[in-house]
Amino acid sequence: MTDPLYSLVALTVAVGLLLALFWPATGLAWRWRRTLAASDRVEVEDALKHIWDGEYRQRPATLESLAGALGLSGRAAVDLVDRLGRLDLLTHDDATLRLTPDGRRDALRVIRIHRLWERYLADETGLDAREWHAHAERREHGTSAQQAEALAATLGHPRYDPHGDPIPMPSGELPPHQGMPLTRLSTDVAGEIVHIEDEPEAVFAQIVALGLVPGMQVRILDRTPHRLRVQAETDEVVLAPVVAANITVVAIDEVTVPTAMTRLSAIEPGQAAEVLSLAASCRGVQRRRLLDLGLVPGTRVTSELRGPSGDPTAYRIRGALIALRREQAAQIYVQREAATS
Amino acid sequence: MSQPSAENCATCPAHHLANLQKLGVDMTGHDYVVALAGNPNTGKSTVFNALTGLRQHTGNWPGKTVTRAEGAFAAGDKRFKIVDLPGTYSLLSSSLDEEVARDFVLFGQPDVTVVVVDATCLERNLNIVLQVLEITNRVVVCLNLMDEARRRGIEVDDRRLARDLGVRVVPAAARYNEGLPELMAAIAEVARGDVSGGPHRIGERSPVLQRAITRLTDGVRQLVPDLPNAAWVALRLIDGDERIQTALRRGELGDLHQPISGDARPPVVAPSQEAVEALIVLASELRWQVGADFHQTLMEAIYTEAARIADRAVTHVGSAKRFDLDRTIDRLVTSRFWGVPLMVLMLTVVFWLTIAGANVPSGMLASVLIDWAHPLLKGAADAVLPWWLSGLLVDGMYLATAWVISVMLPPMAIFFPMFTLLEDFGYLPRVAFNLDRTFHRVGAHGKQALTMAMGWGCNAAGVVAARIIESPRERLIAIITNNFALCNGRWPTQILVATIFVGSAAPAHLAGLVSALAVVSVAVLGVVLTFLTSWALSRTVLRGEVSAFSLELPPYRPPRVLATLYTSLIDRTLYVLWRAVVFALPAGAVIWLVSNIPWGDASLAAAIVNALQPFGGLIGLSGVILLAYVVAIPANEIVVPTILMLTVLVSGAHGFGAGAGVMFELDSTADTAALLRGSGWTLLTAVCLMLFSLVHNPCSTTIYTIWKETRSVKWTTLSALLPVAMGFLLCFVVAQGWRLVAG
Repeated sequence: MTDPLYSLVALTVAVGLLLALFWPATGLAWRWRRTLAASDRVEVEDALKHIWDGEYRQRPATLESLAGALGLSGRAAVDLVDRLGRLDLLTHDDATLRLTPDGRRDALRVIRIHRLWERYLADETGLDAREWHAHAERREHGTSAQQAEALAATLGHPRYDPHGDPIPMPSGELPPHQGMPLTRLSTDVAGEIVHIEDEPEAVFAQIVALGLVPGMQVRILDRTPHRLRVQAETDEVVLAPVVAANITVVAIDEVTVPTAMTRLSAIEPGQAAEVLSLAASCRGVQRRRLLDLGLVPGTRVTSELRGPSGDPTAYRIRGALIALRREQAAQIYVQREAATS
Repeated sequence: MSQPSAENCATCPAHHLANLQKLGVDMTGHDYVVALAGNPNTGKSTVFNALTGLRQHTGNWPGKTVTRAEGAFAAGDKRFKIVDLPGTYSLLSSSLDEEVARDFVLFGQPDVTVVVVDATCLERNLNIVLQVLEITNRVVVCLNLMDEARRRGIEVDDRRLARDLGVRVVPAAARYNEGLPELMAAIAEVARGDVSGGPHRIGERSPVLQRAITRLTDGVRQLVPDLPNAAWVALRLIDGDERIQTALRRGELGDLHQPISGDARPPVVAPSQEAVEALIVLASELRWQVGADFHQTLMEAIYTEAARIADRAVTHVGSAKRFDLDRTIDRLVTSRFWGVPLMVLMLTVVFWLTIAGANVPSGMLASVLIDWAHPLLKGAADAVLPWWLSGLLVDGMYLATAWVISVMLPPMAIFFPMFTLLEDFGYLPRVAFNLDRTFHRVGAHGKQALTMAMGWGCNAAGVVAARIIESPRERLIAIITNNFALCNGRWPTQILVATIFVGSAAPAHLAGLVSALAVVSVAVLGVVLTFLTSWALSRTVLRGEVSAFSLELPPYRPPRVLATLYTSLIDRTLYVLWRAVVFALPAGAVIWLVSNIPWGDASLAAAIVNALQPFGGLIGLSGVILLAYVVAIPANEIVVPTILMLTVLVSGAHGFGAGAGVMFELDSTADTAALLRGSGWTLLTAVCLMLFSLVHNPCSTTIYTIWKETRSVKWTTLSALLPVAMGFLLCFVVAQGWRLVAG
């Protein structure tokens, strides 16, 4: 019989190896597969996207910005630009890179697919907001035009991706870029978030963690060179200017979200409240489910029972007793009523 | 829908035969088809059972994992087929259930759609009534639970409601058969085509939406003239409903208005593809104008209308006391202090009753089927059949099946009805409510507590029970981890092995306690593994699946004991037993064959046992145990008899059993102990066997059920292989660690 010590060591090594190979997303096997998939086509498409994005935001792309965005050496970037030039997809005078009409068409095609995927991931899967971009990046290159149309049809031909970016039509039409960075919003008007830039990842993760999403109404409370104090619906958040610069807003005339509102999660058992709206961050299946249960604006909700461990809480909604978890209740904005019992 | 051939025949059925056949409904011998729709927990199945007198059968929707019940009743000289649609809150197809229900009402075109509503909570139930009325006006509203409404001081003016909705409204208390004759009469009237007015329309909508609908409705009417629910179709098109787009492209909508016989009118020509595509493009443009939150706008309009109608029809009398009793029970069973102890107590009682109550009938079945019938059959078969055929049929197939039935049937026939009674009373959703926090932490749903408890009865039933979890991700987690709930079939193995080896290792006066503790720890380990695996799954392979929580706590209702006994016997016990029998038959054949096919100078079984021995030893088991688990995959119940038979076969021990391939169990535990110890079993073997019995692949019945429920080879493979890999790993570590420590 084998020595038990050796067999245990052998097992540990084997399990360790397997984990290193197949650990989700960071395992060697997945990395290897991604490297294999990173073909010429991917590089070309990513370059087109980068240059188009620069044009759209009026920050023209350069050779350096391209190398940075794609993680290429300077030499490889020059080769890539040459190749794109030969394909008649771009022109370059001095440092600035510009797309030809053909290049623009191809770029919009890829962007359409990318944003459709992000919409899909946001609405129809349980993936976290921080993962949408990376998943969409991986899927966009392998998606045919037909698949993209089928995807659009399933989603009901959406107009915006979950970050608030417009999705180009198959014909390539796109509404012009609108809005301004949150840093430029004046303190005496309110704004609505129309877009949140999902790169760089660290900044985006911070914005997600603060609960800011497109569709939210905001107001600057206080501004110093180092920080912005912002009222975002029921919450007050503090942002560094570098973070706020990645949030695009449009000024709105009046705040339609009442200021006296709170979240359903803040309603204690025995209290009642009236639903004002569902948070913009509540989307897809979640949102439809809550609406179907009758949580539409104007509905009166009474908190009735709290679970033995403090969560979930059962609410009386239009005559039925429905249990909701804390994070769901936090996505329902309500106006408190006077205590009923 | 208006009568398709009104001018020719006012009493002709309206249903669409071809589509009904596509939906899996056999109309042979029936004149009309009736669909039963409604919210969950409205007593829909009570109405169904009352109408059909329990003459029902259940089946799956073609290609989908949603079950439905079908039944029949007669009124006058006409025979009605009644189809129970899944209970849903809405028909806007945001879930599979809703899609199935919606498709049936639209494409099956039932002669009558009965919407069962809860009179105690009318406003909320009107949601689905209004949605059905948008599709068809061949509707009867069954205002159920009138008894409960009266108890709570709620008065519903059914005439007012009928006037407002423009359809027949029948108050009923299906539990007490109240109002059923009236319901049948109303159904018969509507089926005969006695329908008043056009479909009810929801009034208040935002001007933008109203304009969009009007514009698109005209377009739809041009393509498909005579469509009575054109506005509804327009609305669905604006919402981007793919099924409706497809129906329009294929001309299915126009087809619906063909008379049944097909000879009264010229066939409707399918609209030209260009026109259809243009309309779909127009719909998507209009959607842009209507704005992003279309679904919310829609639901707001429906609920506003529902509130208006309900307000006029409902009066509360002394409403302060209405929920008092429910509230008191709820406060008690979900309280911080009493909630969990009550739950444990309830579960213990259910288990004690199951185990104690099943012993006697199990023994009786075994003595009849195995001790008495088997020798008799064997003798008869030997007289007419060659030895190998009689061995294969009687010793193999018959014996395995008899064994499964005698061990499996009694506990399930006790456990499932008790469980169903608790479910009907309304207690089980409270258990899910109490435990949701714990399950939420590992990424699962509180209702998984119920599927797990069901799994302690039978894993296949636990997997089926996972249907109560609507959220796809949590449902998959519940299905995949159900195997870690130690099922009925594995308890006897655990108890036998623990008594022989673990109990005897302790001082004599503690033996009983120690072996009981050992078994309970294995069951608890199963719960721990359920949580660990759920956590790991929700963070890895299932990370991307959709998750949407909601849990309704229905009002408490006195359970109906007889109906419960009947349905739980049909739905759960017999269903699972039948599947187990189907799998036990071939397994019995395989067990007999491997033991009797010669291989070299011994049997095939001996050769396989020898080949598996080194690996078995490595994980603390033996070749015999591994082979037993391979051939006894259909049912955990036959693992111990198979092990005993194989042990005798391989070791050549004398005085035990009845020959190669004939499974047996010994009456005396001491004999079993002697036999197993004689073939080299130790305490380590026993511990590893107990662990492996908990953590190994699900039985084939469960695997098949998982496939039926998920329709996915991927998830079925994962559910089958993950536990067996975990079992190997666990037993390996325990065995090697044990040897390391024990030297």
